[in-house]
Amino acid sequence: MPDRTLSLGELADQVRSKNAGPFWITLDVFFKTVSDYQRAIISGVVSQQAIAELYRVNPAAVRYFEIPGILAVKISFPRPVTAGSFEDRDLHAGQQHVPLAGLRIPPV
Amino acid sequence: MPTPSASEPGVGIIFPSGMLGAGFTAESIKRGIAMGATAIAIDGGSTDSGPYYLGAGVAKTAAAAVERDLQILLAAACENRIPLIVGSCGTSGTDAGVDWVAGIAARIAARDRLSFRMARIYSELDADTVIAAIDEGRVHGLPPLGELSPDTVRACTHIVALMGHDPIAAALEAGAQVVLAGRATDTSMVAAVALMRGMPAGPTWHAAKTVECGGQCTTNPAAGGVFVRIDTEGFTVIPLSPDAACTPSSVAAHMLYENADPFRLLEPTGTLDTSAATYSALDERTVRVEGSRFELSRFPTAKLEGARLAGHETISIVGIRDPHILASLDVWLGYLRSVLEDRVRSTLDLDPRHYELALHCYGADAVLGPLEDAAGPPREIGLLFKVRAPRQETATAIAKIANPLLLHLPLPGMDHLPSFAFATSPAEIERGPSYEFALNHVLELERGTDLFRIDLGEVTGA
Repeated sequence: MPDRTLSLGELADQVRSKNAGPFWITLDVFFKTVSDYQRAIISGVVSQQAIAELYRVNPAAVRYFEIPGILAVKISFPRPVTAGSFEDRDLHAGQQHVPLAGLRIPPV
Repeated sequence: MPTPSASEPGVGIIFPSGMLGAGFTAESIKRGIAMGATAIAIDGGSTDSGPYYLGAGVAKTAAAAVERDLQILLAAACENRIPLIVGSCGTSGTDAGVDWVAGIAARIAARDRLSFRMARIYSELDADTVIAAIDEGRVHGLPPLGELSPDTVRACTHIVALMGHDPIAAALEAGAQVVLAGRATDTSMVAAVALMRGMPAGPTWHAAKTVECGGQCTTNPAAGGVFVRIDTEGFTVIPLSPDAACTPSSVAAHMLYENADPFRLLEPTGTLDTSAATYSALDERTVRVEGSRFELSRFPTAKLEGARLAGHETISIVGIRDPHILASLDVWLGYLRSVLEDRVRSTLDLDPRHYELALHCYGADAVLGPLEDAAGPPREIGLLFKVRAPRQETATAIAKIANPLLLHLPLPGMDHLPSFAFATSPAEIERGPSYEFALNHVLELERGTDLFRIDLGEVTGA
């Protein structure tokens, strides 16, 4: 049976990550169409629990927002390491969207 | 064509770019003036580039780049007799950062024969002031950090408080035409101008957030800054460049940018709430926003930022292309760490708890670390070898002890010594002092101007 799933990166118009201050990371997903947005929402794949597993953070600290007005989903959580600290690998957290973009979204 | 003009009601403000020194054209400022700007506001700093700039008290931007931008803005402010406000001077908003920008402004004024009244607003705090506030119960942690200990405060090399609009408005009311602010919220410059001219708080703070990164709220962020007009019902925003557009989506999406919550933004005097805001296109390039609200808090607060010295760093960069090593990279890295720890113990008499080691493999998993899930060995890696110790000499000594291992360490059981590809000679690169952000707390104030010192003076071009 062919794989009819799409990665979130393929389904969305843009997936991006950035610091929200030195202690938080925030992920934004923008969709082009209402149906793409709804496919992602209805799938339930992007959830607090899924983000916590993907990024190895405490699910209780993950903040999840659906913003239908601009067809966007936003996720924020405390940075596992503070921006610019010795162990930090991504000062601006600009590349941390890649694991999120790899989530597989099934068809509606 | 509803392009803004000088005769429209409200307060028009130019926000030329996301950062003083990032560059913009003089023509874009002229267009903003023609749209009816009565002030120019620009941000001069951020914590986004890490703790070094606050810790060391130096600017991220090149002096020549700041001078180039400031020259255009000072000329426009003087020619049109409108205020110019620069926030978070010198990247981190330390007192030295304010004086650094003031020195550049004075040089420009002398050279271009400009005269103006200039306010410097200092926002740096000494440890005793913060500790006294802790003792009075006026300091509170923001998540994910908890309560603040006096030891953490004393460990900081610099502490700044983020001012809101109040100190900037006070400087403008005192007659300053040019305001150089220490650490200030991204929104405070625009908000100060609009609030002191009687505009309502909801549209004001939302407009200020929308333009705080210049063209980031447009369809073409590289094209330059924006013009915003705030009035009693809402605000209108348009790019300064004809090659960019503001659309309802591009403007609404900016509330998400570098902000943990897409609807609520905490400011020193309250919270912006955009959940009921409406975004509509007035034409292909202009967006109208209404319905933004602002909830005043019971008392003003100032967020604190501080950076502490965490040691000194030395790094080396070595390339590995040998497929045998790359096929067992994790084994090799583990072996490297254990052999190095033994040699450091036997030569420097130092236990691993006295220094820190980081091995970041560019080409394999340097960026995502344990979150990386790509399969198979990489074609090549650049190993960033980082060591941090209390003293620079110790960090470099450890890197030098690591040098023959980074050059020749085989896999366990290998019957020959491989040689790897150093990027530089010497391989060791001393990075100097290493800082870390230590504060994420707010300090309760009685008035929004508390803590901040305004120094007013005349700058007279020869």
